[in-house]
Amino acid sequence: MMMTGAEIVIRSLQEEKVEYVFGYPGGSVLHIYDELFKQDKVKHVLVRHEQAAVHAADGFARSSHKVGVALVTSGPGATNAVTGIATAYMDSIPLVVITGQVPTDYIGSDAFQECDTVGITRPCVKHNFLVKDVRDLASTMKKAFYIANTGRPGPVVVDIPKDVTAAKCEFEYPKTIQMRSYNTVVKGHLGQIRKAVQLLLEAKRPMVYTGGGVILSNGSEQLTKLVRRLGFPITNTLMGLGAYPANDRQFLGMPGMHGTVEANLSMQNCDVLLAIGARFDDRVIGNPDHFGEVPRKIIHIDIDPSSISKRVKVDVPIVGNVPDVLEEMLRLLEADNAKPDEKALAEWWERIAEWRAKDCMKYSTKGEHIMPQYVIEKLREITGGEAIVTSDVGQHQMWAAQYYGFTEPRRWLNSGGLGTMGVGLPYAMGAKLANPDKQVVCVTGEGSIQMNIQELSTAKQFRLPIKIISLNNRYLGMVRQWQEMFYSSRYSGSYMDSLPDFVKLAEAYGHIGIRVEKPEDVEPALRKAFIEHKDELVFIDFQTDPAANVFPMVAAGKGLSEMILAEDL
Amino acid sequence: MRHIISILLENEAGALSRVAGLFSARGYNIESLTVAPTEDASLSRMTIVTTGSEEILEQITKQLNKLIDVVKVVDLSEAAHIERELMLIKVRAAGKDREEMKRMADIFRGRIIDVTESTYVIELTGAGGKLDAFIQALDGSLILETVRTGVSGIGRGDRILKV
Repeated sequence: MMMTGAEIVIRSLQEEKVEYVFGYPGGSVLHIYDELFKQDKVKHVLVRHEQAAVHAADGFARSSHKVGVALVTSGPGATNAVTGIATAYMDSIPLVVITGQVPTDYIGSDAFQECDTVGITRPCVKHNFLVKDVRDLASTMKKAFYIANTGRPGPVVVDIPKDVTAAKCEFEYPKTIQMRSYNTVVKGHLGQIRKAVQLLLEAKRPMVYTGGGVILSNGSEQLTKLVRRLGFPITNTLMGLGAYPANDRQFLGMPGMHGTVEANLSMQNCDVLLAIGARFDDRVIGNPDHFGEVPRKIIHIDIDPSSISKRVKVDVPIVGNVPDVLEEMLRLLEADNAKPDEKALAEWWERIAEWRAKDCMKYSTKGEHIMPQYVIEKLREITGGEAIVTSDVGQHQMWAAQYYGFTEPRRWLNSGGLGTMGVGLPYAMGAKLANPDKQVVCVTGEGSIQMNIQELSTAKQFRLPIKIISLNNRYLGMVRQWQEMFYSSRYSGSYMDSLPDFVKLAEAYGHIGIRVEKPEDVEPALRKAFIEHKDELVFIDFQTDPAANVFPMVAAGKGLSEMILAEDL
Repeated sequence: MRHIISILLENEAGALSRVAGLFSARGYNIESLTVAPTEDASLSRMTIVTTGSEEILEQITKQLNKLIDVVKVVDLSEAAHIERELMLIKVRAAGKDREEMKRMADIFRGRIIDVTESTYVIELTGAGGKLDAFIQALDGSLILETVRTGVSGIGRGDRILKV
């Protein structure tokens, strides 16, 4: 059947069973928008800024294990989308971003709303395409979805000149795609897996450290089985929270810059470290030289070979899909009916218990101010710990990660790699559309929320009853914390003067706004938001302690055993 | 350490900039880079000369393999190989220098491929060191212009890089 390029784009999205496209129209994508209008299988969500379109698609993907799709116009549409694309790239989120482009014969002439989209996005995509011939369009769309969602996932940009969306050709959507230059590994090397199992069984002080890769590969079930079977302590990184239930005794909390004492000291002092879908990020292991001072054997499972031995030399590398490799490990353990060294393990748990006894997450509630940690604890209580929680970037992000206690994967969405302020609200929009039956909460601050506050309008249009928990301390809190600790309290540019009245602002957008100033009002306000106004977007402006800091803390460039605790100050 | 990396990649628009971009984004060195299509028109072959520790080379190879357009990567310098570079050099060749230039070109097995009353263009191939030696051997004031292709390399014997 002959079709225009624009029809082919929409038909391809239908073939990929895409439910939502997050986008913003403009000159170069008008043909595509016209085809969107003529059908109702693919629903369009009109955002208020292209950055939010990509973040919303990203939130949709993170919370659903489906590919997120965004559609923006050429020039500023594409450049506005770049932050969203880079955010998804850093966290390996599968996205297909369709960008309009000026007509092919205008390319390179500095035409109106022209930019070199493939050039600009090249360093922050898994792959990108400029489609110059309508006959390549269907196969390119197929490749885009395939590349985005296989191997280590990532965003793929498809740049389509306007004349290509008008040109016609025969449409046939490829069922499968073969690419000689792109093959992904699934099964791990059996010999390496055997070696790994042997090391784990011989370990005296084992530790399991898992990251976003376990979430992305849906490997939580196998991970939980394996860790319970072995009885080892486990930590999940910021990107990996929820992979193992936070309320389990074997879970030591999050590691890293704001990790718990027990997680960090176990990472530092273990003799065998099993790293799964994690990448030894600087925010996780701190200074790699300091980390290397303690000899330990490292097993690293990852689907991306370039993640292995990048920052830390690994002893047993296993390239493969996490759930497949873990299944294989479990099978080997069962087959041999193998048991770890129980005596050594008991001694190791005793040491961990001593670190745990420090109770590093306790915080003072004596003052008259609302403590941000308390808000998160109450939020967990009222949502039964079962909400999907998105966050922005800063202190509130760390408190949400530390105190919510995620018990299942895909419930915690944040920008861990790029650290993009402004993702929280669009993530919540995407997550709510992907999970209409779940409660979706955006934990944010008065700084971050203003980076995409315009999306309150989108949330109104599409009736998304998100709950926004804003921890308003009148400061860019994490910046303020670093300035207090490392710049002799010179608060350069971190004080937020002239803040809007967030209650009125929420109301102006047609939502409910609540301001909370006293600790005793925290719980009633949350109840009001989650029960009384269940079906509405509620913005709660919590006026929190402006001096509260995130602890424990490993300062940049320091080692994991050099934590600063709240009680030290 | 110096390494010669050979890459087979899809002969597509932008493939070169993906490779070049990777090197600059991750701070890897490029001493020279050459690229041209192969006998299979859908493939280009690229030779990159780079320097770095074993760890860096491991990362370079892994990162290159991650690029969707890259089909195959080998470190040629891991085993026996041949490397060649082509240089075209334009020199002043007048009066007493004219005969001397001809002799130098012969000694280095270069060929004179363009002649005017006062200049020669000499074509010279060899490993980089030989080209350097030729430049060294000439009186610098007589060199008008040089252009070098950068290194191309191929494995010896049975080592074959092919899809």
